Amino acid sequence: MASDQISDQVLVTSPPTGVEQVSAVAHRSLGILKEAPKLPVGIILFVAVVAIFAPLLAPHDSETSVKPIKVFAPAIYAGGTWDTPLGTDFQGRDILSRLIYGARTSLLIGLLGTVFAGIMGVTLGIVSGYMGGLWDQVIMRITDAKLALPSLVFGIFLAAVLSPGLWTIILILMIVFWTRYARVIRGEVLSLRERDFVKLAEVTGAGKIRVMFRHILPNIMNTAMVLFSLTVGVAIILEASLSFLGVGVPPPTPTWGNMLADARPTLISERWTLTVAPGICIMLLVLAANLLGDWMRVRLDPQLRNR
Amino acid sequence: MVTATKTLLKVTDLYAQFTGFGGTRVVRAIDGINFTLDQGETMGLVGESGCGKTTTCHAIFRLLPPAGDIVSGSIEFDGQDLMQLSDSEMRSIRGRDMGMILQDPMASLDPLFTIMDQVAEPAHHHRGVRGGSLRERVVELLRSVRIPSPEIRMREFPHQMSGGMRQRIVGAISLSGGPKLIVADEPTTNLDVTIQLQYLNLLRDLQQETGVSLVFVTHNLGIVAKMCDKVAVMYAGKIVEQGSVRNIYNNPRHPYTQALIQSIPRLGNKDPLYVIPGQPPNLAELPTGCAFHPRCPFATEKCINEEPPYVSFGDGQESKCWLSVEEAKNG
Amino acid sequence: MKTFIAKRLLSSLATLLVLSIIIFALVRASGNPAELLYEYPGAREEDIARQAAAWGLDQSWPEQYVSFVWNIARFDYGQSFQYGTSVRSLYFDRLPNSLLLAFWAFLISMAIGIPLGIMSAVKVDSLWDSVGKTFALLGLSVPSFFVALLLVLLFGVKLEWLPFLGKAEGFFDWQHLILPSLSLGWFFSGAMLRLTRSSMLEVLGSEYIKLCRLKGLPEKVVIVKHALKNSFIPVLTLAAVNLVVMINVAVVVEVVFSWPGIGRLLYDGLINRDFPLVQGVVVMAGVMIVGTNFIVDVLYGYLDPRIRLTR
Repeated sequence: MASDQISDQVLVTSPPTGVEQVSAVAHRSLGILKEAPKLPVGIILFVAVVAIFAPLLAPHDSETSVKPIKVFAPAIYAGGTWDTPLGTDFQGRDILSRLIYGARTSLLIGLLGTVFAGIMGVTLGIVSGYMGGLWDQVIMRITDAKLALPSLVFGIFLAAVLSPGLWTIILILMIVFWTRYARVIRGEVLSLRERDFVKLAEVTGAGKIRVMFRHILPNIMNTAMVLFSLTVGVAIILEASLSFLGVGVPPPTPTWGNMLADARPTLISERWTLTVAPGICIMLLVLAANLLGDWMRVRLDPQLRNR
Repeated sequence: MVTATKTLLKVTDLYAQFTGFGGTRVVRAIDGINFTLDQGETMGLVGESGCGKTTTCHAIFRLLPPAGDIVSGSIEFDGQDLMQLSDSEMRSIRGRDMGMILQDPMASLDPLFTIMDQVAEPAHHHRGVRGGSLRERVVELLRSVRIPSPEIRMREFPHQMSGGMRQRIVGAISLSGGPKLIVADEPTTNLDVTIQLQYLNLLRDLQQETGVSLVFVTHNLGIVAKMCDKVAVMYAGKIVEQGSVRNIYNNPRHPYTQALIQSIPRLGNKDPLYVIPGQPPNLAELPTGCAFHPRCPFATEKCINEEPPYVSFGDGQESKCWLSVEEAKNG
Repeated sequence: MKTFIAKRLLSSLATLLVLSIIIFALVRASGNPAELLYEYPGAREEDIARQAAAWGLDQSWPEQYVSFVWNIARFDYGQSFQYGTSVRSLYFDRLPNSLLLAFWAFLISMAIGIPLGIMSAVKVDSLWDSVGKTFALLGLSVPSFFVALLLVLLFGVKLEWLPFLGKAEGFFDWQHLILPSLSLGWFFSGAMLRLTRSSMLEVLGSEYIKLCRLKGLPEKVVIVKHALKNSFIPVLTLAAVNLVVMINVAVVVEVVFSWPGIGRLLYDGLINRDFPLVQGVVVMAGVMIVGTNFIVDVLYGYLDPRIRLTR
């Protein structure tokens, strides 16, 4: 306890540390988000709202047929009706309702996968950078080896080994993307480790775990946020690719990726909305995530600018 | 030295600024400077970091960074106004009639080309030297900057050289086009202390052998005393005092110059070193009146409100201070 | 240079070793790989037992691992469940098709990415730069299977200009090649553009380029001789790695266009629960990419005098 008090006193004038500073960083990030470019934030909020209120917004159930199988009937076509504005798919299900429910799965998986990858990557990155030695060797060797496999190939391999499902996909995203965080965070920690406030904490007797997560963690939050925003888009694309290949979330649950998979064998039919609508949804969401990520990179972390 | 009287470089009312953040922030890096440099003369340009020394050097070459612009003024070089020249005419003057030595020798050579290649470029492009005579020229240049066994070293790459050697090679590059003017922007700042003096001696010898004029930028007044015929002291984008080295040292009229001279460490003097109080001003938010007033021990109400004019003293010394105005009136 | 090569070789081998451990561990952690046969339609008890024996599953883990690595070293990935032939022969049958596709996609990505990236950096903050940045962003944000589907919809179905299924005979069969290679090259064009631009910008901001301009060199010489040569080292490195990555990530594009490459093979293995096939293709991807990285590192060493001339 005594050492805690000393270290806290000493650290009054040093860079932010501790839980309250984590919340301060979060607070500041929220403040920064207010200056964020309107368009990408708008798109992301819109998708989030649609995902949350899907049951209220969707005109139909997403997994049952509402029209005979042979009918396409988007609203702009002669004979089309407004109750299925984008038409129906080959099982007679309303495309718009599937898109709306699909936003749920796509966003949920993309965000959770990236967050879990972040937690794992940041933790291992800090351990690797701070502990050094064997820890560092092992963790960095694993990230090196993982770099040798493209995310899609590694994702497919995991999908082949694990049984499909929503949580499996989230797990896959975590295993595939944690290395992105770990490498960058490790580099950051290596330089933080030499800074005075860390030395001070060590001198005053703070334990290793305490130094890592109370003193170092708050100082890499900005970088972690930037990495998070840059990874979300890639994660959403990987989820969509796996769903497209039929190893994502199992049907009949709609995701934008498996809607595109449904569309593939039927490209030559007239039902173009089946392809175009989910594709545009993925594109807009990923575009928004990337725009926001680029902006955050410039705003929060000038060091990352050229990466 | 006394015989060289022809003016080589005459900078008149030069203004340059940097614009940032979509034009919302304007920094006046050079704020109306005047000076002349005769042939064969060496001028020291002195001041703290960020006072506009480097910008002045680049302005002479008309090569400011993308955000920078020369707003007005004229730069007369060897009888022609550089501001009136086209871009390609200007380019043919750079490297041929004027050469530059940059601060960081570790970064100023292209890592992928040999020394020969890089030293040869100005002679090749501007003077049309080719083939065997080009090689001879490079060897001669490298020899003049005291590179040992130049025929061998010229085939090597920059990373095989020490910092001091690289800076001498940069010196050779600046001489390669056969210039009339060399601008050296803090050439010894990044060198080891032990070879700084060596480099300064080399520069002075070269200057005397070739008779080029030299603009020597530094923040060290001690070096100026050793190297230069005259001095211009810059503060916040303006030249606050200039004159011959002898006059400036014996009779500094501007309080800033006085402070700079006081802060030179002297051997045998055990008193605490004099430190100019405060920070150099931010060029984006300059103080009113005389920019030096917040740090000036003699500042009066007038200094806060009004900018002092230049006052010339008979011996070519100029000072920009209300005290000098008084002195001129009384004296 | 020799020590440099030796070091790189060692580190590549270490990477492969770790990769093999990861794959081995993941497979064993998920259960008895032979039982994956259960999920394979028509598999019988004795098939599973035979497979288990073939993979040496009755041995201890270290022994299993050693034979696993030995098999990789011999390019022996066992028998495919569905085809009944060796994975190796299936793989090398399909590889040329993948190489062909990746080669054209590679050309497209270079032809779009590098010039646009250079223009974007040289004329930074101009219209060119906006075009470049927009293109790079789209390349990153629009998934390649959506690009593929759109191309099929537009040029294949709507306009009926180009065929969009399968591959005809002949190396220069551009009609079958153009749409798949465009879709595959799409993402990589954006990546090349980004890297070329940032690499160029970094070099153009360097002191030695400043000195080149102060020397009064013509802008053409500054850009072409000094800036391009310096910024091309990272670009060429990425390009070479991209070529190999493209061979291996063409799965979605090959699926859309029914292109008979190794991606399509991987997909077949995936949906038919043909585990040896999937594992073989994945391991080969790792071997190929680590190998290319090694070769690229060595070439990089020859290009850069800072490495070439040190021992």
